[in-house]
Amino acid sequence: MSTHTIGIATAGRPRRDPEPAARQPVSEPLFELRGVGKTFGSGTVALEGLDFAVGRHAFVSLLGPSGCGKSTVLRLIAGLLRPSRGRLIWHRRIARGDIGFVFQEPTLMPWASVFDNVRLPLKLQGRPRREVREEVERALSMVGLEDFAGAYPRELSGGMKMRVSIARALVTRPELLLMDEPFAALDEITRFKLNNELLNLWARESWTVVFVTHSVYESVYLSERILVMASRPGRITGEIPIEVPYPRDEAFRLSSRYTAACRRVSDELRRAMGE
Amino acid sequence: MAVAFDSENPDLPPAGPPAGRAELLVRIFGPLLLLGSIVGGWEFLVRINEIPPYILPGPGLVVESLLDNWHSLYPSLLVTLRITFLALAVAVVGGVGLAILFSLSRWVELSLFPLAVVLQVTPVVAIAPLILIYVDNITLALLICAWIVAFFPILSNTSMGLASADHNLRDLFELYGASRWQQLLHLRLPSALPYFLGGLRIAGGLALIGAIVAEFAAGTGGTGSGLAFRILEAGWRLEIPRMFAALLLISFAGILIFLAFTALQHLLLRRWHASAASRER
Repeated sequence: MSTHTIGIATAGRPRRDPEPAARQPVSEPLFELRGVGKTFGSGTVALEGLDFAVGRHAFVSLLGPSGCGKSTVLRLIAGLLRPSRGRLIWHRRIARGDIGFVFQEPTLMPWASVFDNVRLPLKLQGRPRREVREEVERALSMVGLEDFAGAYPRELSGGMKMRVSIARALVTRPELLLMDEPFAALDEITRFKLNNELLNLWARESWTVVFVTHSVYESVYLSERILVMASRPGRITGEIPIEVPYPRDEAFRLSSRYTAACRRVSDELRRAMGE
Repeated sequence: MAVAFDSENPDLPPAGPPAGRAELLVRIFGPLLLLGSIVGGWEFLVRINEIPPYILPGPGLVVESLLDNWHSLYPSLLVTLRITFLALAVAVVGGVGLAILFSLSRWVELSLFPLAVVLQVTPVVAIAPLILIYVDNITLALLICAWIVAFFPILSNTSMGLASADHNLRDLFELYGASRWQQLLHLRLPSALPYFLGGLRIAGGLALIGAIVAEFAAGTGGTGSGLAFRILEAGWRLEIPRMFAALLLISFAGILIFLAFTALQHLLLRRWHASAASRER
């Protein structure tokens, strides 16, 4: 997959220098964070000294313990929060609809059908219903829910609701997909299935994905590159490239390369948590 | 795929839990049986003790009186219902409008909400005579009284509903650059709907009570044409069965209003809200 060789120019063990990600050569970056910090109104320092770039079409995971500010990073990138220090630099023009956001909860409107939920971003852009039917149907078929357009959220299982949420993020054909522990609440079978579907879609549609998770195994399976975070204040302590070519499938989960990578990432995470 | 598509079943009573056949029978015949025994017991006691009808008429006599006096009671019922629904309509418009204003401006909310509470906690019985003195038009005075009691549950519930929109959904609307108006229309108002309907159900009953109370206050001054006035009038003439007949009519009106709003709630919410949708068992 030649389009996915981003940000993993340095090989081997995790880097331990103070600014791990900043010096990484990144071919055609989409955006970068330079010295970004966030202090909330209450005085809590949520993030400090974030330096990293994310290349176009990359799949990057943010991995860290609960409360380390992973979600805050996503909200900064999405523009839902402003950084207190430092800068977020875009290397391409980003318009509304170029960023898709998937929350940990499906976050659907319970009063609207699956179709209308997926249509929401386009509706907010002021595009009339008849004009966007094809777009919505395309997004629904990407997540395999074309037969459920008329259903309501409460009639769906947890995994299906998550698919709707993903379809809604995809309907605007985003450049960047931000995912905040999207599969954390799902059972393992569903999670593996959605992991695979996500990877297939990513290979096909070549978005950039920033994926937040607290699961070592999930981050290794999905990502090209893992940024490990520590808390109080939230910061990046290490970066680990996962140099296993795509497509990855269930055989990868059972391979020794997978186990080795998981061990490396676990070690790094343990160091980050100060153990 | 595990999909439960059974959220609409027209055979179910409105807004109720799912009913097996047995439960359905209990739901219908339970209350009927109880009511029947109360009415029967009442008739029995009246007859066995030979209570004169000017002290306590038996239910048979009450129904007979209701039919006999239908020509005067029915127009009175319409008068009372007209006041009730007018007051309710104004309460809905005012309550929802003010709640929206509250949600848009914290200033307005902080200054006006205490006033709304004062209106709510002051007993309408106490202020109805004052309103009748200050407002010349009787209908308008009655309307104001009924509105005062019906208004608050709608305002308070809708306010809470507008504020209860999911935080992540708000973020999503912001991410896609939704205007304030879009956020209100597509997110806050639908989120508030179940709360509003709950308030409406309470307000419906309260508006009737408010109308009746105001009619009583007006009626003691000798004016009026609503059901409460018929009760007073019958009392003055010692036509106790007619008094009971008017009372019966008021109860029926209240029950009908409650059922109508319950049905509305079920109709609007059954596909998506946990309070109205049924579950497969």
